[in-house]
Amino acid sequence: MGNEEAVFFSRILTETTLSFHIIYATIGVGVPLMIMIAQWVGIKKNDDHYILLARRWARGFIITVAVGVVTGTAIGLQLSLLWPNFMELAGNVIALPLFMETFAFFFEAIFLGIYLYTWDRFENQKKHFLLLIPVAIGASFSAVFITIVNAFMNAPRGFDIVNGEFVNVNPLLAMFNPAMPTKVAHVVATSYMTAAFVLAAIAAFRLLKGSNHEYHKKALYLTMKVGLVFAIVSAIIGDFSGKYLAEYQPEKLAAAEWHLETSENAPLIMYGILKDGEVKYAIKIPYALSFLAHGSFTQEVAGLDQFPEDEVPPLYIHYLFDIMVSIGIWMTLLAGVFWLGVQRGWKMVSAKWFRWLIVLGGPLSIVAIEAGWWLAEVGRQPWILRGVMRTEDAATTSGHVDSMLVLFCLLYLVLGVGSVVVLRRMFRNNPVEREIEDRDTEKGGDVL
Amino acid sequence: MTLEILGISVLWTFLFGYILIGAIDFGAGFFNAYSTLTGRQHILTNIIQRYLSPVWEVTNVFLVFFFVGIIGFFPKTAFYYGTTLLIPVSIGIILLAIRGSYYAFETYGARGHKGYSFMYGLAGILIPASLSIVLTISEGGFIDMVNGNPVLDYWKLFTSPLTWAIVVLSIAATLYISAVFLTWYANKARDKEATNMIRKYALIWALPTIITAGGIIVELRNHNPEHYSNIQNFWPMFLISFLMFIGTLWLIWKRRNYGLAFLLLVGQFAFAFFGYGASHYPYLLYPYLTIYDSFTNPAMAISLIVVFIMGLGLLIPSLYLLMRLFLFDKDYVRGKGDYHA
Repeated sequence: MGNEEAVFFSRILTETTLSFHIIYATIGVGVPLMIMIAQWVGIKKNDDHYILLARRWARGFIITVAVGVVTGTAIGLQLSLLWPNFMELAGNVIALPLFMETFAFFFEAIFLGIYLYTWDRFENQKKHFLLLIPVAIGASFSAVFITIVNAFMNAPRGFDIVNGEFVNVNPLLAMFNPAMPTKVAHVVATSYMTAAFVLAAIAAFRLLKGSNHEYHKKALYLTMKVGLVFAIVSAIIGDFSGKYLAEYQPEKLAAAEWHLETSENAPLIMYGILKDGEVKYAIKIPYALSFLAHGSFTQEVAGLDQFPEDEVPPLYIHYLFDIMVSIGIWMTLLAGVFWLGVQRGWKMVSAKWFRWLIVLGGPLSIVAIEAGWWLAEVGRQPWILRGVMRTEDAATTSGHVDSMLVLFCLLYLVLGVGSVVVLRRMFRNNPVEREIEDRDTEKGGDVL
Repeated sequence: MTLEILGISVLWTFLFGYILIGAIDFGAGFFNAYSTLTGRQHILTNIIQRYLSPVWEVTNVFLVFFFVGIIGFFPKTAFYYGTTLLIPVSIGIILLAIRGSYYAFETYGARGHKGYSFMYGLAGILIPASLSIVLTISEGGFIDMVNGNPVLDYWKLFTSPLTWAIVVLSIAATLYISAVFLTWYANKARDKEATNMIRKYALIWALPTIITAGGIIVELRNHNPEHYSNIQNFWPMFLISFLMFIGTLWLIWKRRNYGLAFLLLVGQFAFAFFGYGASHYPYLLYPYLTIYDSFTNPAMAISLIVVFIMGLGLLIPSLYLLMRLFLFDKDYVRGKGDYHA
């Protein structure tokens, strides 16, 4: 074939685009919900701090949305540019959720525009709040539909192949494939969790940097609480994901857990290194893999020995699994302790070092998202469409992918730096203390 | 009407929507950058910002809708166009990314930042040029099959007068459409100075638009005789389009009824665009791909259409609300309230 180079660079470019896009996409899915909660609490409690919180988050959100939209457009087009054979095939079976996603996106875009430009335009604040609901729904459903496509790549259903042609296509069956429920739930829940922890990190950072304003404390408590809820939800869904994998993609589970030989009473391996086909220096949690895979501590779990060597994903995905799960557990504990601490008035949770841990939790959550997606994508290799089409057969035959890779890396660098610079500038030039003061004087003026 | 024709009609309509509101958007960005450079931004910026701000993201969705839809209805296009368009569309994506994000950076983060304004103005005006290459390629003659894979002949593409005629048309038309719309919008905002300035732009860009549009038809005679003879079957549409062009120009010249002038402009482009599309039928890519041999399976086609109709049910009321609040709300257009987050 001689097409290895195009395949290699297509993979790298897709990986780069997705890794960059997913940061903004995750924030884009999660933050509207956070804005909604804050605004709702503000209206209910008649507390201006929460309203202002929603307003300031909304302002920052626009910048991340802009980058999310343009990089989302990039990946949407790159799928056809880099994987034309796959898209030709996929277009026949799984085009429906892609098409639905554009409507969700449309819906979100329209109402976001309206929401942003109607602050204080309505007498009744609840009316303005209502405009946010379609934004949050649109954002979450974008994630749902796109994740359905990804689920289809893992567990293709809804068609038969006869002589290389697709027959008996059933678009709904393709959408509601076995991978769909756990994958969609996991992506949406972790997006909410990550958005909450990123916003918590910002609030904790402001508190550390000398502002002891009530506003930041309220923000921190709210975000940590929401983060905790979705961290627990994510963990529960993670357990179901394990059971899905054991049933439908056992080779992915076996590779991620370094489960080399089929066995009963399988322990869960965390960390460690692989040397001469043996796992060393690992932490083994007895029976845990059997439980993760089948919900019983003793049941047999298929090991890597069951699968042909050229159908097993790279074994380094084990570390991606470790990173994702460790961060997930760590953040659940951190948020749990924080919540308990606030309830019981522990001094520890307002100590400097604890707040630094919360600050660290923001970037860590993003790392977990990245690790999770790499695990999902690398773990599906060598397939682009599991069992149907291999990645190497899907790529473009164009010889220019490497130069495009350079161009796009530059673009992402510019966008990444640009968005950070703009966001920092935006909030530094208009600190919350001043905004609260301005609003108070405005109100005072009304009374006089 | 067959499913194939229904599918391509829906997609063509959305592409028309993108071209129209995209042109308004990109042209406005360019005029804004231009006036910043010449030190006259105080005249235009307000008008342009007030129109653009709530709608910029919606523009982008029209494009996404088109390219997702075409893969859905005509999956074979992914193979032919996906393989050959890597470079031109990648450049398009980069321009779109710069345009979209810098617009947001400037508007929400660093109001009045000259660097951002200039970059998004420039990127915006290059987007139609880079994307219009796809239309040129669809005329055929630039793609060869090598070992069963389509390969784009760049040398032929960039030395063809047709390519450059379409590039010039896309830029001229963008500025013309945008100027006519903004003349109406500025007039509605009762901003005399801005109206006068943009009206001049509209008059300036009218001529290059119509000349290149005519030139392309002549160009096609050499490049793709089959398409050229098809175009002649649709001559009434192009005639109506031309008369509408004259109507717009006359109204703008006489400073009369800018709203009607804009409607005539929409009509002008609609007749030309659909006339062009109809004469392109049945080819998606001369001579390799028609709408029939690239069409998806009936089950997918019907589900896409059902989803499309349900989607419209959601979309039309939302778009109506958006327009009512920002395009047809006198107080907003005149800048009487600032309700930005």
